[in-house]
Amino acid sequence: MQIKENATIYDVIIVGSGAGGGMATKVLSEAGLKVAVVEAGPFFDPADPEQRTQLRWPYESPRRGASTVRPFGDFDAAYGGWEIEGEPYTRAEGTKFDWFRSHMLGGRTNHWGRISLRFGPDDFKHKSIDGYGDDWPIGYEDVKPYYDKVDKLIGVFGTNEGLRNDPDGFFLPPPKPRLHELFYIKGARKTNIPVYPSRMSMLTKRINNERGVCFYCGQCSRACQVYADFSAGTCLIFPAQKNGGQVDLFVNCVVRTVTTDEEGKATGVSYINKEDRTEYKLKGKVVVLGASACSSARILLNSKSKQHPNGLGNSSDHVGKYLHDSTGADRAAFIPDLMNRKVSYNEDGVGGMHVYSPWWGDNSKLDFPRGYHIEVWGGMGMPSYGFGFNANEFNKFFGTKVGGYGDVLRSDVKKYYGAVVGMAGRGESIARKDNYCEIDDTVVDEWGIPVLKFNYKWSDLERNQAKHMQDTFEEILTNMGGELLGEKPGKDVDYGLHAPGRIIHEVGTTRMGDDPKTSVTNKYQQLHDVDNVFIVDAGPFVSQADKNCTWTILALSWRASDYIVEQFKKQNF
Amino acid sequence: MDRRKSLKSIVFGGVAGGLALHGCKPGTDTEIAPEVVESSMVKWRTASENELVQELHDDQFFNKHEIETLTVLCDLILPSSETYKGASDANVVDFIEFMAKDIPDLQLDLRGGLMWLDHEANTQFNTNFDSLQENQQKEILDEIAYYDPETPQMERPFAVNFFSLVRNLTMTGFYTSKLGIEELGYKGNSPNVWDGVPQDVLDQHGVAYDEEWLAKCVDQSKRNDIAQWDDEGNLLT
Repeated sequence: MQIKENATIYDVIIVGSGAGGGMATKVLSEAGLKVAVVEAGPFFDPADPEQRTQLRWPYESPRRGASTVRPFGDFDAAYGGWEIEGEPYTRAEGTKFDWFRSHMLGGRTNHWGRISLRFGPDDFKHKSIDGYGDDWPIGYEDVKPYYDKVDKLIGVFGTNEGLRNDPDGFFLPPPKPRLHELFYIKGARKTNIPVYPSRMSMLTKRINNERGVCFYCGQCSRACQVYADFSAGTCLIFPAQKNGGQVDLFVNCVVRTVTTDEEGKATGVSYINKEDRTEYKLKGKVVVLGASACSSARILLNSKSKQHPNGLGNSSDHVGKYLHDSTGADRAAFIPDLMNRKVSYNEDGVGGMHVYSPWWGDNSKLDFPRGYHIEVWGGMGMPSYGFGFNANEFNKFFGTKVGGYGDVLRSDVKKYYGAVVGMAGRGESIARKDNYCEIDDTVVDEWGIPVLKFNYKWSDLERNQAKHMQDTFEEILTNMGGELLGEKPGKDVDYGLHAPGRIIHEVGTTRMGDDPKTSVTNKYQQLHDVDNVFIVDAGPFVSQADKNCTWTILALSWRASDYIVEQFKKQNF
Repeated sequence: MDRRKSLKSIVFGGVAGGLALHGCKPGTDTEIAPEVVESSMVKWRTASENELVQELHDDQFFNKHEIETLTVLCDLILPSSETYKGASDANVVDFIEFMAKDIPDLQLDLRGGLMWLDHEANTQFNTNFDSLQENQQKEILDEIAYYDPETPQMERPFAVNFFSLVRNLTMTGFYTSKLGIEELGYKGNSPNVWDGVPQDVLDQHGVAYDEEWLAKCVDQSKRNDIAQWDDEGNLLT
């Protein structure tokens, strides 16, 4: 079989269409460069009335939205999950990592939580503070102008609170708290934990005439048909096309390798077209990888050549190393004061929390070095699979009978509707060289591409943090008058700490640095080894903050794209 | 019909409207004439998801007698009356049939439980459960319908857990149906403008908004004014 080549030579080939790839597409195409975007999944536009899942009722799914197929349920706008048929990955014995992938235009930005937190000054220099991990080669002042531009381009609600490590920005006004969030505010403040309006990328106010304004259906995880929340397809790639950019989309195309010439410079990519199962080549002057931290690492490691025998950009042997996800632990409680609610009003709100608590603690006085923020959920949500299970279990708190049949179940389900509040901690783990992904030479996926093998273990620092989360949740929920649900997770189960990969914030596999021996890219996310390959996903992160990674991916991708444009102007490619 | 192909046609057909979309094959035309698509094939699921749904629909798990028994049981859990719609009105058994195939782990407990129910009916009343008088049926249910929440689920008797399973599936099947959502009174899943908790609800639950907090929140009368900020990030519009 001969690999087929396309005669076009693109200025830039962008691999992946999520936050990083989408931002690069917009910035580079609007600078006049001819770009190809190669996406492993299908085209997706939530504005297509047939393709949207937003505003669908549970009974439009025969499984009523159960998570049998998509991990977050039938209506979640992520094609894929932690397991994808035909695309396996493996784990080293005794280690854990669950890898979430979403193959579709826009990638995981179609369903993400849209919690849009800038990193603060400390988050780039944590080694200097506590000795763990490494400092970034850049600081907050380098990224701030790009955070500002991302805020204005994409839109994020929140408030300027003057918090040192949770910096101010250019915010849209936040929505008012819901009923259960008022209970949370009271409960958290009683314990001196601060609560602020959350910072999320939904348009509570118009930012331009192309995108709509939030209509408060609470379904951002389904992607918005009026583009009132941030997805890379709707807010970056479509506008880039409409603005007259030269953007060619290649969908259902899985990139296998970055191709190189005799000098070791990148010449483009080879990819497999999923529809005819044939391999093709695309030529480009510059290759930008935005396939996700682990997928981009995999492409690099699979791009072996005479000039790059250890994989592309891997002379340091650091590709795949320092993989780290956010920590996560959760707890919920039944709040008797939230019983017998009136259903007279619609409280769907935006998709997610209206209030949150950024990290408040002083780690120098704690047995773990990094913080976490608290997310809160609850309310009278739309029923889906699982609603009404153990409908009157809370009778046990009142000493009345649990179970039964008949109309009493109807009154019980209404009595307890909206009376559960949950809390989730999402924190920072330490980036470690011995947590990594590598190529598993013994397994290929259905496209014939060698797969990733994960090696990942939490340490006591993360476990201690999870213990602190559990103690905090218990205290706040008790302050709210709550009856804690389930057993408090103890030491035997790592205090409820989720397995690595479960929070879907994996970063660090191609970290940036000034020293080519200990990092994969420079501070402009350009491979140390090959100057015409860049990485714009979360791979170049030196450390994850106690924030979510998307806003920083966007800011850094914009920054790297500006640098690429500058290099084109200098005729360096 | 090749479902995958027809779905793909629709996907390509749906990207009209000025967006440049290239198929994977360089230099080939991606225009494919749309075909008629089976009704179970919806574009908001992927091709393989649609195929799975179709396969599950084509398969049959419960036999006729099991369906009859389950129908009686579900209607005892959520009976119809002048005030309320019942489980059958919302086709709860069809939903359970689908779920038993979608989550095969449910099958043994459901099938074995229905057999147990007939055995119990025959032992006590010498006929199958679905033929019993309602008071006789309830006599059997009263023995298995309540559980001790302090006993771990794994340690409860099988029949109790079987009934809990059917009750759970009945409740979720009913309250995720159009009829159930109407009865529950859920007001969402429709475009609206959120402007806070109504005063009577705040009063009922003994909470209030903090004025300082409210001052930061969106003024919904200005939601359509395009946002502009000064250099310090203060919203001007």
